[in-house]
Amino acid sequence: MPFSRHTTQRLAKAVVWIAAFSTLAVMIWILFQVLREGLPLLTISFFLDSPRQMGRAGGIFSTIIGTLALTAVAIVIATPLGVGTAVYLREYTRESRVSRIIRFGTDCLAGVPSIIFGLFGFVFFVIYLRMGWSILSGGLTLAIMILPTIICTAEEAIKAIPPSYREVSFALGGTRWQTIAKVVLPNALPGIFTGVLLGVGRSVGETAAIILTAGSSLLMPTSLFSPIRTMSVHFYILAREGISMEMAYATGAALILLILAINTLANWFLFRRVRKIGGTAHA
Amino acid sequence: MSKPRPMKWFWGLAFFIFPVVVAGCQKPQGGLTVVGSTSVQPFAEMLAEEYMGRHAQEKIYVQGGGSSAGIQAVRTGAAEVGMSSRHLMPNERDLIAVPIAYDAIAVIVHPRNPLSNLSIDQIRGIFSGRMTHWSDAGGRNHSITLVTREEGSGTREAFQHLLMGKTEISLGALVQDSNGAIRQVVSDDPKAIGYISLGLVNDRVKALKIGGLEPSVENIKQLRYKIVRPFLFVFKAEPKAMARNFLDYVLSPAGQKLLVQEGLVSRTTIPDLQKGAKR
Amino acid sequence: MFREKFLEKSFFLIALSSISLLALIAFFIFEEGTPLIWKVGFRSFLLGERWFPSQGSFGIFPMTVGSFLVTLGALIVGVPLGVACAVFLCELIPPAIGMVLRPMIQLLAAIPSVIYGFWGLIVLVPLIREYLGGPGLSVLAGSLVLGVMILPTIISISEDSLRALPRTFKEGALSLGATHWQTIWRVLLPAARSGIVASVILGMGRAVGETMAMIMILGNAVQMPHSILNSARTLTTNIGIEMGYASGDHRQALFATGVVLFFIIIGLNTLTLVISRKKGA
Repeated sequence: MPFSRHTTQRLAKAVVWIAAFSTLAVMIWILFQVLREGLPLLTISFFLDSPRQMGRAGGIFSTIIGTLALTAVAIVIATPLGVGTAVYLREYTRESRVSRIIRFGTDCLAGVPSIIFGLFGFVFFVIYLRMGWSILSGGLTLAIMILPTIICTAEEAIKAIPPSYREVSFALGGTRWQTIAKVVLPNALPGIFTGVLLGVGRSVGETAAIILTAGSSLLMPTSLFSPIRTMSVHFYILAREGISMEMAYATGAALILLILAINTLANWFLFRRVRKIGGTAHA
Repeated sequence: MSKPRPMKWFWGLAFFIFPVVVAGCQKPQGGLTVVGSTSVQPFAEMLAEEYMGRHAQEKIYVQGGGSSAGIQAVRTGAAEVGMSSRHLMPNERDLIAVPIAYDAIAVIVHPRNPLSNLSIDQIRGIFSGRMTHWSDAGGRNHSITLVTREEGSGTREAFQHLLMGKTEISLGALVQDSNGAIRQVVSDDPKAIGYISLGLVNDRVKALKIGGLEPSVENIKQLRYKIVRPFLFVFKAEPKAMARNFLDYVLSPAGQKLLVQEGLVSRTTIPDLQKGAKR
Repeated sequence: MFREKFLEKSFFLIALSSISLLALIAFFIFEEGTPLIWKVGFRSFLLGERWFPSQGSFGIFPMTVGSFLVTLGALIVGVPLGVACAVFLCELIPPAIGMVLRPMIQLLAAIPSVIYGFWGLIVLVPLIREYLGGPGLSVLAGSLVLGVMILPTIISISEDSLRALPRTFKEGALSLGATHWQTIWRVLLPAARSGIVASVILGMGRAVGETMAMIMILGNAVQMPHSILNSARTLTTNIGIEMGYASGDHRQALFATGVVLFFIIIGLNTLTLVISRKKGA
C-alpha cells in the first residue's frame, strides 16, 4: 500500500463512518416510514373499536386483546419452566454431560425456525390434542418458542449474583432450597423479569406460528378456546391483501410503539439490576 | 421483598394440573367454526357479520386455510362448516356439499395496460410461459410478470380446469396465496397479469374480456362466460342447530342479496350449473 | 432432607423440558415427513428440480438454492455493514452517543419481521422493478431486507465482543506506536473474531428461518432463480405458502421440507459448538 499509516487510517475511518452512518440511517428510516404514516391515525377509538368489514374500518381492539391473551398464556407457561431450568443449571449442578446436553437442546430450540413451530403446533395442539385454532394452541406454541430466551436470561441473572450471597446463607445453616428461594431468586427477579419482557417482545412480533395455531378470527375471544388474531397477524393480512393501507400503517405504528414500550421497560429494569448488584451490564 | 416460595409451589402445582385439565377439555361449545377456501372467506365473513348482527348471542368464527384444508377440517371435526371454491373430489363425496353462490374467475391486468381483450389461446400462451412479452399479444414490448395461486388452491384449480385445459401454468410464475395478494401485485406492477375471483375485482385492477366476452353477471347468467365455479359449504352430515340456521340465512333471499351485491352470482340463477355440482 | 432431594429431582425434570420439547417437535416433524422422503426417493427429493405437487413431483432443490442465495445475499449485506457499525459504536464515537444508539439498535432487533417485509414491499420492490427490471419481487429484495433484519443481531453481538476485550490489547498496541485504525484492524478485530463469527452464525440462523417477510417480497416462484432479479422460494416460504392448502402427500412433503430445515439448524448449532470449543469457550 503506497499510503502512509495515517492516510490509511483516515480513509478507513471515513469508510467505516459512511458505512455505519448510512446503515443506521436506513434502519431508522424504516421505522420512521411506518410511524410517519401510521401515527396520525392512532386515535383512542382506533384502539378501542373492534375491526369492521374485515379490517377496512373500525379499530384493532380485538387484536390487542388477542395479543395480550396469547402472550399471557405463553408467559405463564414458559416462565416457571424457564426459571426452573436455569435454577437447576446454576444451583444444582456443575458443568457436566447432562448440563451440556440441556444447553445444546436449549440452543437448538432457540434456532428452530418459527414456521416449524407453527407446523408442530398445528399438528400437535390443533389437530392431535383437538384444541382447535385457539388462544390455548397459540399460547402453548409460543411458550415453547420463548422458553430458550427465558432460560438464557434467567441463567444470566442467577449467574450475576455473587457467590458470597450464597455462602453467607449456607454459613447461617440454610439448605440449598432455602438459599435459592430466599436469597438467589429474589435477587435475580429483576433480571428474570427482563427475560420475561424479552419473551413478551418476541411473542408480540411472532406471526407465522400464530397464524397456523391461533387462527385469524377478528371476533373478541370468549374463552381460551376461541381463535384470535394478533396485531402482527392483522398487520400481515392487511398489508398482503391490500385491504386498507391506512389501517396497515396504523396497525404497524401501534406495533412499533408497543415494542418500544416493552423494550424501554426492559432496559429500565436492566439498569436497576446493574445498580443493585454493581458491575457491567450485559443485555 | 415478595415471597417467592409460595409462588413457586403454586406454579409447580399449576404445571402439573394444567395438562390434566387441558387433556379433558376439547373444543368449545357455543360457536360455529367455518374454515376453508380463502376465496369464499371474505364473503363468509361478511355473511357471518350480518348474521351475528341479527343473533347477538351466537358466534361464528371464519378462518381461511384453503379449500382442501376446509374439507379436511370438516372431516376431522375441527370445524362444523367447510368452505370450498371447487367441486368435491371423488374421495370427498362422503361429505355433503351445498352450493351457496357462483363465482366467476376474472383475468386481471394493471389498469394502465393497453390491452382489454385476450383470446383463450393467448391466455394459454401467456400463462404457460410460451409468450414472454406483451408485444406477443399485441401490447408494448415489456416482459410479462405472471402471477398465479399456489398449488392446491381451489381458484387455481378452477382456472386450470376451465381456462388452461391441458396446458400447464409456467413454473416461473410468481405465486401468491390469496386473491387479495394477487390483486395487490397486479395493481402495483404494470407488466403483471393474474386471475382472481370476479367478486374481488376493484378499480385498482382491470378485468379482461376473454374471447370478446366480458365477465359480467349477465354473461355469466347466460352461460356465455364460462369460467365459473361454485362456492360450497361442506358438512360432515346433515347440518343441525346453529350450522343449519346459518346455512338457512345464507341461502335466504337476504343472504343471497348480500352476495350478489358483492359480485357473486346467486345460486338460484343458474339451475343448470347447480345440477353440474355433483352431490 | 427428603424435601431437598425431592426439589432437586423436580428441578431436574423441569430442566429436561427444553430437550424433551425439542425431541417432541423433532419426532412429530420427522414422523410426518420421512415417509414421504423414502417414498419419493432421497435423491429426487433433495436434488429434484421440479416442485409440482399435483403431479406428484416433490423436488426441493430450487427452494434450497433460494434459501442459499437469499441467506448469502443477506450475509454479504449484513456482515460488513454490521461489523462496521460495531467498530463505529465501539471505537469511533463518544460513549455518550453510544449509550443512545445502543438501545435503538436493540429496539430494531425486536421489531417484527412483517414490518421489515412491509417496508420491502412498499419501498424496495417498486424501486427494483423500476430501475433494475424484473418483477421487483426478487432474490435481491429478499437479500436486502434480510440483511437489514440480521444487522441488529450482528451489530450487538460483535460490539459486545469488542467491548469485552481487555483494555490492555488496545493500550498495548497504541503504546507500541500503532495508529488507532491499525489497532482496530490488526489487534481488536482479530481478537474479537470468535464473537463476530458467532454473531454471523446466529444471523445466518435467523436468515434461514425467516418466513413471513420472505413470503411478502420474494414472489414465491417455484422455479430455480437464475438471477438475483428473479423471483424465488425458500424452504421456509415453501412451507408457509402451501401449508394451508396441502393434504396427503403434499402435506407430508412440506413436513419433509421441515425435516431438511431441522438438519440445517442442528448443523449450524453444532458448528457454533465446535467453533466455541476450539477457541476455548
